[in-house]
Amino acid sequence: MQGPLIDTLARQGVTRRAFMKYCATLASMMALPPAAGRAMAEAMAAVPAASRRPSVIWLPFQECTGCTESITRSHSPSIEGLIFDAISLDYQETLMAAAGHQAEEALHNAMKENAGKYLLIIDGSIPLGLDGAYSCIAGKSNLESLKEAAAGAAAIVAMGSCAAYGGIPKANPNPTGAVSVSDIIKDKPIINIPGCPPIPVVMTGVLAHFLTFGSLPEMDSKGRPKAFYGETIHDRCYRRPFYDQGKFAHTFDDEGARNGWCLFELGCKGPVTYNACATVKWNAGTSWPVESGHGCLGCSEPDFWDGGGFYKALSMPADPLKMGAAAAAVGAAAGVALSFANRGKKSAAKSAHETTTLADLEK
Amino acid sequence: MNDMQFLTWVRGTGLDIAVGIFVLGVLWRLIEIYSLGRKMDLSPPREAAGASGWHTIFRRSVPPPGMVKRSPVSYIGGYTFHIGLAIVVFLFAPHILLIKDLTGLSWPALPSQFIDLVTVITMAAMVVVLADRINKPVKRYLSTFGDWFTWTLTFLPLLTGWLAVQHLLLPYTWMLALHILSVELLLIFLPFTKLFHAFTVFGSRWYIGKINGHRGVPV
Amino acid sequence: MSASLQKGINALKEVIDAPIASYFNSCVHCGLCAEACLFYLETGDVKYTPIHKLEPLRRVYEQEYTLLGRLGKMVGLSKAVTDDELEEWKELVYDSCTMCGRCSMVCPVGNDIVYMVRKLREGMAVSGHAPDGIKGATKRTVEIGGPMGLKWPAVANVIKKAEAATGETINVDKPDVDYLVLLSSMEIVNFPEYLEALVKIFKKAGITFTLASDAFEATNAGIQIGASDIAKVIVSRIVNSAEKLKVKYVLSPECGHAYMAIRWEGPNLIGRPYNFQVVHVLELLDDLRKKGVLKMKDKFKDPLILHDPCQIVRRGGVLESPEPLIQAVAENYIPIVDKQKMNWCCGGGGGASAIHTDEAEALRAKAFRIKKRQIEEAGVDTMVTFCANCRIVIEEGIDHYEMNTKLLGLTELLAEHLED
Repeated sequence: MQGPLIDTLARQGVTRRAFMKYCATLASMMALPPAAGRAMAEAMAAVPAASRRPSVIWLPFQECTGCTESITRSHSPSIEGLIFDAISLDYQETLMAAAGHQAEEALHNAMKENAGKYLLIIDGSIPLGLDGAYSCIAGKSNLESLKEAAAGAAAIVAMGSCAAYGGIPKANPNPTGAVSVSDIIKDKPIINIPGCPPIPVVMTGVLAHFLTFGSLPEMDSKGRPKAFYGETIHDRCYRRPFYDQGKFAHTFDDEGARNGWCLFELGCKGPVTYNACATVKWNAGTSWPVESGHGCLGCSEPDFWDGGGFYKALSMPADPLKMGAAAAAVGAAAGVALSFANRGKKSAAKSAHETTTLADLEK
Repeated sequence: MNDMQFLTWVRGTGLDIAVGIFVLGVLWRLIEIYSLGRKMDLSPPREAAGASGWHTIFRRSVPPPGMVKRSPVSYIGGYTFHIGLAIVVFLFAPHILLIKDLTGLSWPALPSQFIDLVTVITMAAMVVVLADRINKPVKRYLSTFGDWFTWTLTFLPLLTGWLAVQHLLLPYTWMLALHILSVELLLIFLPFTKLFHAFTVFGSRWYIGKINGHRGVPV
Repeated sequence: MSASLQKGINALKEVIDAPIASYFNSCVHCGLCAEACLFYLETGDVKYTPIHKLEPLRRVYEQEYTLLGRLGKMVGLSKAVTDDELEEWKELVYDSCTMCGRCSMVCPVGNDIVYMVRKLREGMAVSGHAPDGIKGATKRTVEIGGPMGLKWPAVANVIKKAEAATGETINVDKPDVDYLVLLSSMEIVNFPEYLEALVKIFKKAGITFTLASDAFEATNAGIQIGASDIAKVIVSRIVNSAEKLKVKYVLSPECGHAYMAIRWEGPNLIGRPYNFQVVHVLELLDDLRKKGVLKMKDKFKDPLILHDPCQIVRRGGVLESPEPLIQAVAENYIPIVDKQKMNWCCGGGGGASAIHTDEAEALRAKAFRIKKRQIEEAGVDTMVTFCANCRIVIEEGIDHYEMNTKLLGLTELLAEHLED
């Protein structure tokens, strides 16, 4: 295999063999056939000069930059970061060198030159409150920027739970009127890569798929790539046998916790969370929340911030029951009132009773 | 509304309303029924061992001689689904956690696979009992809308819970939310339908035991 | 002629209490009560399902004493009980229910259906929906003294015959004796040997007793028709006489409903405890047996089974006395499977035997097949019982099916084999 990318990687100490292995892994993670791995490798290796690489525009909206951090934070940047060598990342505020008017110009040029062909990545939610004034870049609201950029995009990647579902800004009481990308853009293919933040390899997997096949991978009903979001954490969790046996940690440092028992009681949202954390894990397979002893927050699901509390088990009420005492009082009062009515009626019947004689037996 | 919002609602507001109506209903109905009182029996009682209200509360759970043969489905089906429901409701780990959150009480759970089996057996028993109600002339004659409605109210939590765990029909989050919703419906209607026998059976058995016990007949 | 629907509904409102409310709210429509009712089992007609017999009472309860029921009635979801319905229910509450109480024994949620039937009859009676036969019996009891219209002279005659047969004097209206003996008309007319048997046994036991000329009738049609005020009038005759004569005990005869009336309902009807105790004749006999007074000179040899009158055993609580007594006098007593408090009704209690319509008699004939089967399965030709009404009804059944079963009274049997 030859190509400019191969040379770049060789200079960074990544062998061709390692690159092939990575593409094969990527393909198999996405449940693509072995041939796809080779196709990915060839597609990426053969990527031509910078100006002809596929254009990717990354717009950050109401976000915390965690998604960018996640994707760039890895222990082998040469592997993860390779994707950035296979594309032309024409606009990314955290990573790009330019700033101010230069940056704005780069954005406009990229959008004009690649109209209809660029991949648009969005992270962060889009505030609608105050006509979008809550989040502006260069004097333009995110809402306006999104609409403008989406118009010329081939496809949109909503990166992170904020872009995918509204995320933390949307959490109760949603003071900025935050919404997701798919709440605004209705006429372009959108793929959601939720997670707070998402697992890095998911991002690269989707991009690799787009680069190789020119399309977005198969998605579930929430617009997430099935390859990474097809199973719940619960169904892939290594602590599942403890759940089935009813062995739970009751606090974070009791015997159960130290034995690595199930964290359901401590609020783990594994059963209702679709993500790849339990299998792919984080930091190149180092660990993941449950393995480290903390329940899953459900961060790749919409509205997980308002899901009744991170430390409330799914089978517990989301909020403390408020009506119980009042309901008991009302019920008891109703019962007592009725008992008076009943006794009154019975007494009245008794008073109305005329001693029965033989004549009363005949009509 | 998406599945997470629906789930959060049934776990939150929905549960609050359902438990509220349940508590309100139970208290109202218990007082409404038992405040009618009973005239004291002025005849001198006859002492007889084992003849009292308390005895009957327990003894009435044993089928009288010859009756199981006359209506096996009523007894075998009835026991199976009642005991099955009790096992599934009170010995499944997530349910025990709910009770713990509401009352502070908890106890060891049975393995989930066993609960799974018991759920299937319970559902089967309920279907058999339903079929009997449709087929047997006396049961059919006595049955009203309430009987079909309460059967459904009782069956749905079993079915939805089981489907959720098996990952069948709908995605887990929807199925779990539907399961919780079906339990809430059961709670809401319980005090106002024949399901209230869950509470009044103790009073009824106690009364019949006491009234007959007064005459010295253990019933 | 002042019966009215309004009086009936009012009567029902009066009798509904917490047990009834609890029972109606516990019924889960399982239908097991039907499996214990001889009228359903021998006809297969679902309308005889015991809890169904209570439908008018249930509706009155719901519509009068529950909030939802009251609202339901207001918006027309539930209809008030009508005169026509009560007329339709006459057959269910009287003809096909002897208040035997077997349904109450099997209800899994503990519903005392017979308790409720008794109360429903209060409404049926004063709305004019009791059967003619029972009305007649009630009228005769109130106006003449007993359900068959027996007057004292007829009773005096029987007493004279018994005195002649036994050679003993039978006291009448004698105060300060141990027992006031009551009789049922059925015994006086059909089984006068019962009195002779009593005399013989009392002599042996050294018990003093008397009859009362103003209170000889033990049965109480008022209870069977379900009119407590009338039942009170009838039972008061006994109470007043017993208290006037200052007896220690009142002896209830071998008659089911008589025992229920005097022992259990009486004090509640008159509103106060008695100044005497009520003893059932079998309780007295068993007592004497335990004391060794009742020694048999020989035993009855033929194999036999026992018929337990519902009102004495299952409903009345005289559970322990009958079997030891029959074992004392019979060599070949065969205990049956459904014995004692689970035994089957003869089909004629609760006033049913007073209903002489063709339909009622056909129904009783069908119901009797259960007793017939018990006798046949035991393979015996003799049955012993201790209720005059049961005896009449069973003899009618034996006749109808042309069986050659001999039916004997327990007290008479004991007296016959008693050591002189």
